[in-house]
Amino acid sequence: MILEYFMIFLLVLMLILAVYVVETKDLLAAVIASGFISLVASIVYLYLQAPDVAMTEAAIGAGLTTLIFIIAIRKTERYEK
Amino acid sequence: MRKLIAIAFLLILGFFMLKIVSVFPFGEERWGVSRHYVDKGIEENRASNLVTSIVVNYRGFDTLGEVTVLFLAATALAFLLATCKCRKKYERIEASLTLKTASDILYPLLILFGAYIFIHGHLTPGGGFQGGTVIASAVMLMLLSHFTFHPNHRALSTIEGLAGIIFVLIGFAGFIWGGSFLANNILPLGHWNRLFSAGVIPLIYIAIGFKVGAELSGLITDMYKVTKEEE
Repeated sequence: MILEYFMIFLLVLMLILAVYVVETKDLLAAVIASGFISLVASIVYLYLQAPDVAMTEAAIGAGLTTLIFIIAIRKTERYEK
Repeated sequence: MRKLIAIAFLLILGFFMLKIVSVFPFGEERWGVSRHYVDKGIEENRASNLVTSIVVNYRGFDTLGEVTVLFLAATALAFLLATCKCRKKYERIEASLTLKTASDILYPLLILFGAYIFIHGHLTPGGGFQGGTVIASAVMLMLLSHFTFHPNHRALSTIEGLAGIIFVLIGFAGFIWGGSFLANNILPLGHWNRLFSAGVIPLIYIAIGFKVGAELSGLITDMYKVTKEEE
């Protein structure tokens, strides 16, 4: 039961972070937040007994995509106009 | 007005998602082809990770398509970077001592961990894609911390091409000796839960691991090293 409340907390956290990613003007913060969404999603996948998908989500979503976006921000601009 | 349309679209999307979720039973009794995978998967492929058995063998052709999509994406990015008025600039920003030392220690360990993930793809969770991504993030770490670190681009593309060719050749070997493309009866299946088991599945996943690792490392290096020309 406690685990289910924890999962609901994680899902709500993902929703809040997703809204923050869309609304914030600081692109670096948005990228970090979207990486955090992937990390939370990988925990949820692990709870749903899909460790393969959880590993993919953690490695690609939280690791590589975040890094590629950070490189792109470094080459362009940090703040949205 | 635009916001209203967006909200309307979201509501329609949500309605159909709800419909789909309510129609499909979640975590209940499986039937048809998925029942066959669950019942006969280990017997037919001897891979203790059933997901790998499905991804690489039963749905191996789809995985070949997936690898091709990744290849096309990397090629398109390389093409875009080659055609824009960019130049290769090697940034000379000294990283801090902590980052340098830590990445020196972590780099071989991360490469080893990635190799472990894709070599044990048929035994433990994970596989070629996950292992390849871990290797690419190790390369990324070195790029960030050492400005003198240049992965050999030609070697990376050679590894990538060879791994792709090996995947297709294994598929054709199954076609010639096994009866269908990517058939898993050309090598002895061995015992369940051993490293040398599951026929061609570990070979294919090692090839995918090399391919994805080389591809993503090359992609990251391309993106990191190219800068827009300043006027």
